[in-house]
Formats: sequence, C-alpha cells, structure tokens
Amino acid sequence: MASELRLSRAGLEAPFARRVEELSGENPYACYQCGKCSAGCPFADHMDALPNQVLRLVQLGDESALSLSAPWVCASCHACGVRCPKGVDIARTMEALRVLALRKGITPAPVRPDRPYPQIALIGAYRKLTP
Amino acid sequence: MNEVTVFIMGKGYRVPAGLTIMKAMEYAGYRLTRGCGCRGGYCGACATVYRLKGDYKLYGDLACQTTVQDGMYIAQLPFTPAERPAYRLEELQARGETLLALFPELARCVACNTCTKACPQKLEVMDAVQAALRGDIPGVADLTFDCVSCGLCTMRCPAEISHHHVWQLARRLNGAYLTPRAPHVAQRVEEVRAGKFKGELDRLVAMPKEGLVAAYKARDIEP
Amino acid sequence: MKTIAYFPGCALKDQARADETGTLGALARLGYEIREIPRWNCCGTVFSLVQDDLMRHVGPVRNLLRVQAMEEEKVLTLCAMCYGTLARSAHFVEDPERLRRINAFLDPDAYQGGVEVIHLLTLLRDEVGYERLAAETRRPLNGLRVAPYYGCVLLRPRPFAVDDPDSPAAMERVVEALGGTAVPFPERTECCGTHLTVTRKDVVEERVGRILRSARGGGADALVVTCPLCHFNLEERRPAGTPDLPVLYLGQLLAWAMGEDDPGVASLVGRAAVSSEAVR
Repeated sequence: MASELRLSRAGLEAPFARRVEELSGENPYACYQCGKCSAGCPFADHMDALPNQVLRLVQLGDESALSLSAPWVCASCHACGVRCPKGVDIARTMEALRVLALRKGITPAPVRPDRPYPQIALIGAYRKLTP
Repeated sequence: MNEVTVFIMGKGYRVPAGLTIMKAMEYAGYRLTRGCGCRGGYCGACATVYRLKGDYKLYGDLACQTTVQDGMYIAQLPFTPAERPAYRLEELQARGETLLALFPELARCVACNTCTKACPQKLEVMDAVQAALRGDIPGVADLTFDCVSCGLCTMRCPAEISHHHVWQLARRLNGAYLTPRAPHVAQRVEEVRAGKFKGELDRLVAMPKEGLVAAYKARDIEP
Repeated sequence: MKTIAYFPGCALKDQARADETGTLGALARLGYEIREIPRWNCCGTVFSLVQDDLMRHVGPVRNLLRVQAMEEEKVLTLCAMCYGTLARSAHFVEDPERLRRINAFLDPDAYQGGVEVIHLLTLLRDEVGYERLAAETRRPLNGLRVAPYYGCVLLRPRPFAVDDPDSPAAMERVVEALGGTAVPFPERTECCGTHLTVTRKDVVEERVGRILRSARGGGADALVVTCPLCHFNLEERRPAGTPDLPVLYLGQLLAWAMGEDDPGVASLVGRAAVSSEAVR
C-alpha cells in the first residue's frame, strides 16, 4: 500500500537554506539531485553523506547538515563544481556549512600538528578547520 | 592650572595637562601595583588602550610614555594571557620549523596588519609574523629587537598568536646558535674559571658595609 | 633580460627551498631577471569561499599592492596554491565595492587592481614557448617516462583554470619539449588531499596510493608536480605497498634539462632512471 506523501513549499523558504545560499553565493535549489558531484568526488568514500545528499539537506532547511563529517572531509578541490550540469559550485556550499558550524561553536577535531609540515598544509588546515 | 578631562575605566577626572597617562591615573587616586614597572618605556608592563573623542580608532600605547589628551577614554591592560609552551633551548635546533612546531598558530595569520597598528614601539610586527611563518629566525630576531612584550598586538590579533613568546624564542635561538661567537667573551669566561678575579672578589665579600660604600664611591667611572 | 615580479611563498623559502633554487637558475638561463616582491606576506594558501569573510582577502591583496608598487603588471608564482589564492583574490577585488572595503585595511596605500597572476607552467607555455624550451634544453630527459600530475588549483574552479580542466595538456607538452616522454594517467587531475594531511592522514594516504598506482599503471618512471603540498603528500603519505615513484617539482625538471647543477635533482632523476630500468 503506498504511503501518503505530503508536498509543501514551506521548507523551501527555510531560513537555514537561505543563510547557506547567502554565505556561499550558490543557489541550493538549482540542484536536481543528478549525483554527478558525488560520482566524481575523490573524497566521497570518507563522507557520512554524499555531496548531493548534503545539498538535499540544505534544500530541506535541515540544520543537521551542520553536524555531518562530510564538510570537514571536503578538501575544496572543486571537482564537483566543474562537473555540475546546473553550475552549482558545491565546494562553496560545503565552505558555508563549515563556516556556519564554526561560528556556532561546532568544530571538528582540533588541529594538532604531530610533525613538521610545509606551511601551506598548516595554513590550509587552520583556515578550513578552526574558528 | 591647565586641565583636561580623561575617563579612566569609564569615570571622568580633571587632571593637569601634560601628565603621562600613568601619572594622571595616580593623580586621580589610583595606586598602581600592577601594570606599572620601570616608568621609562622599557619594561612593557603598562600597556594601555584608549580612544579619543570623535575618532573611531582604538589606540594602544605605554601609559608611562603617553601624554593625556582631553576627552581620552582609557583602560589598562596590565597583563596579557599568552600561552608559552615549555621548551629547553639546548634541545632545540635553530631551524625554520622549530618556531612553527612550538607555535603552530602562527599559521593562522591573515596578514591583516592589526598587530603592526597596535605596536607602541612602531615595530613591523606583521612582517615579523610572516618571517616566523617562513622560518626566518634571524629576520624575526632583527625585526623584534625592540619589542617590550607589552602584549598589545597579542590582544588584538584575530589569529590569536602569542607574539612576544615567539619573538623571545626566535631571539634565543638566534643568540644561541646563529650569531657569530665573540672570541673575547670565551676568553674572559676562561679567565674567570681560572680564578683570575677570585682574590678581588673574596676581598669584597669579606669587606664590612662602610668599607664597601667607600669603595663604591671611590670607584672608577667612565667619563 | 626580461624582468618579472616574483612571489615565492612560505614553503619555497623553507622546506621546499630545493624547488626554488634550481627553478630560478633555469629561468635566468631563459633570460628572466626575477624580482622578488619586497616584504611579501603569506597568500593564505586557501581561498575563502564564503561571501562575508573579507579579512581573508586582505593578505593576498596586500601582495598585489606590493607588485603595483614595483611598477610590474604581472607576478609569477612557483607554487600552485599561491597561484590559486592570488589569482582568485585579484579577480575578487575587480568588484569596486569589495576593493574599497579591502583598501580601507591597506590604508594609507590603495590597490588599483589589474595585476595579473601567472604560474611557472603558464610562463613556460605562453611566454617561453615549447619550441624555445626544446631549443634551450642542454640535458634532454632521454625519453624518461614522466607523468604530469596537475592536482586541483591550476585547473579548478573553471574561471581560473590555466588549461582545459578535463583534459589539460600544457605539462605534457613541457615534458616532451625537455626530451621526456609524457605519460598521461587517469588520476592526474584528482586532488591529493591537500591540508587534510594534518588532520586526516588516512584520507590522504588513500588518495596518494591511488594516484601513484594510476601513474605507475600508465608506465611512468617519475611524477612531476606544480605544488609543494602535492609534492609533500605524494612523498610522505604513501601507504604500504605503493610503487616507489620519484616525485619532481616542475621547476626541478626544468632546472635539470637546462643544465643547472643541483645534487637533489640529479639524485631524483637518477632514481627515476633506475625505476625506469626496473620496469623494462
């Protein structure tokens, strides 16, 4: 027996989705869930939600997107963005989620260098992963 | 008497013009037990922030070196909490990565230059952070030679770097490992070890106070 | 002699010093007078991808301001990450309102805009040219099978790509011009894991293993890179059982071919030659 599906526009105006759009400059509603981003993401194997699923949560205004590990595994390589048929640069959406999480005090594991690293590695890690 | 109005921790006082901030505070009745040291601009204990009426800028300076102005809003920063990891200089190497290993937050610098604007010694603080970041120890030592560790840059840094502790480490590494040795210092140390000055020191230690005072007064003073 | 402003970046002045010396020597042989930017600061390495984080653009724009003060119109980077951050910041402040707000921090100086940021690879392709590279080669690579690894920032995002992001060819052409055999391989444009090397070693090891296996699968004797961080990861984050492929920085390969004497490069090329014998 088919279960009842209720469709509503209410979620589409969720403040969370708008905030992510404002910060990233990317329209989350342009995504039609084709999955090309996830297919081409070199880090997808290590993510708890695939890039298209992260974008879906944002479309639904679901703030649980902020507690995912996926944005912290994203390395901003933009492989998703160059493949997206709708021109959504998902790396920017991921950055907006990281920034929103950091501003709310949600942080990944702290950056504690265990050996000498090239400066570019440390600077990148601090900029992406610390408030 | 020519007076000006200053606001110390939000309360207004009429004080004589021409006083330093430190003297104005004492004139207003404050007794300074912290945030006050040499009174000569060297010790860095009296870091102070202030604003001037009609000016958005937040200024930082040493209270003992800055004259009060009418309408100044003043607050003292007697101490800057700053993390300094424990290290033993003799176990460290004077390599670029040493600074970053002990102070990895150097990598958080965004080159905003706020530190340079905050420095009462007019040092190029951001250039020193950048030199530290790329491992240039002599560069850091040179740029920060006149740092008085007042902590004003550290309080304003959006990257939360503990500048003065980094500078101190860089100068120590530079002094211990990178600057050329002065041969006459080693020679004098050998002379001290060999007991060249022992007789004279023993004589001074055994001397009664009056004799010591007389000897002090009669000492050779360079012209 | 042609002068060009040069932004070295932190890594090239410290751990990746070897990448800088040979490259600058080779560029001098090609007729370039390199003018290092006085008092340059860190570029920031990663470009801030949110709209409201202007502070992160102050550093890179300050470097562009110093290029402007040198009265140069172009600035050369050897590091792909420096290229990415500086080129994207230069574009970011083409918007006058953003430029105005950033200039408020650079007070009393002001950046006017218009400085062009280039990378060593584009200098070799667009200004030196493949023919001249081939003509100036003194120590040809003798058919050494070199796999060019592009990574991310020279190719993505699209507006800042120095070549076709899906099918780049510039580095292959440089390798061929220097007398080597270019070996394209599937993972050549896939990310090495970049700064995750500090916090997620496991992720980077998985990436590096794939990249090196892919290059070896194509029959490569060595890998050539354009970025000191790719270089670090590809050397230091190899999982057990990864093929022992030497990794060279593009400038090192250039230095070798132009006849620069650099013992570090000599040993890497030697290692590649040995690995080449082993394969055949």
